[in-house]
Amino acid sequence: MVGPLIPMGVIPEAWNNVIALLLGAGFGFTLEASGFSSSRKIMGTFFGYDFVVLRVFFTAAVTAMTGIIYFDYMGWMDASLLYINPYYVMSAIVGGIIMGLGFALGGFCPGTSFTGVAIGKIDAMFFTIGLFIGVFVFSELYPLFDTLYNSQNLWSKNL
Amino acid sequence: MEKMRRDGTFYINPYLGGILLGLVLFSTYYITGRGLGASGAVKSSVVSAVHTVAPVHAEHNKYYSKFLSDDASPMSNWLVFEVIGVLVGGFLSGTLYGRLKFKVEHSPKITSRRRLAVALAGGLLFGMGSQFARGCTSGAALSGMAVLSASGIITMMAIFGSAYLFSWIFKKLWI
Repeated sequence: MVGPLIPMGVIPEAWNNVIALLLGAGFGFTLEASGFSSSRKIMGTFFGYDFVVLRVFFTAAVTAMTGIIYFDYMGWMDASLLYINPYYVMSAIVGGIIMGLGFALGGFCPGTSFTGVAIGKIDAMFFTIGLFIGVFVFSELYPLFDTLYNSQNLWSKNL
Repeated sequence: MEKMRRDGTFYINPYLGGILLGLVLFSTYYITGRGLGASGAVKSSVVSAVHTVAPVHAEHNKYYSKFLSDDASPMSNWLVFEVIGVLVGGFLSGTLYGRLKFKVEHSPKITSRRRLAVALAGGLLFGMGSQFARGCTSGAALSGMAVLSASGIITMMAIFGSAYLFSWIFKKLWI
């Protein structure tokens, strides 16, 4: 079966949301089981007492990357059909720095805070409420950011 | 192999966790043609909520209107289902390893109230930043790196690089 399966029509589109739920459960389970539901464990990466975040994050990126390159090379998946985020340099850097500040204050990123919420961490719930407010504030103030958000699009397809 | 404990202190080996997470991410690309995400579900919910409360306002706002279409509700977004799955998966793992408990986790040097205030502020900033970068640590950085995208690598370096700097500035919150 040549992937990606849903865009290729191998699996009907109607299954997409069910598959989203299952893949999400796998994502949430591995994050929580690795310790990402704890902000103090996550922050260990930045203070040098627990490197679990870097180990898990980069092992995962390399594993997925290797699988994609191998499947594409073998002709088992058409990697040109995969969705790739457009590349707006300035907006990506500014956003990354704001997220870094949010990380240092909050001790979570969005995915990890959801796993914290799932096991009853009240600080993760406050972080998640903050996410909603942040997206709302960004959207309401969007006219101010319009230029930056759309500047320097160096769209690049890789692989 | 270390015996599994159910008192909440057991975590799987980080390299095993990384490989499992990588396989989930790979499967996501192989099956659906897209990566994993998290902040996108928050965006869909906010767009949907604003559109319900103030439809005219949402349609006239240049940002919300990007994500509104006549045929589909923004809540039917793929990432909303994925995040519901994340909550289920996190709950299952928390149940299995004995970590289900309502608590505020914080450094002994700060109060619970202070921890909650900075967690809220941190979430607010992360929410804003994820919109600039068109995704967060999951959607932009991790999924982006898996497909070797330039935006993924740049966003990852900006998040981790600045977080290293800022966490030393706010060191007193953590250690």
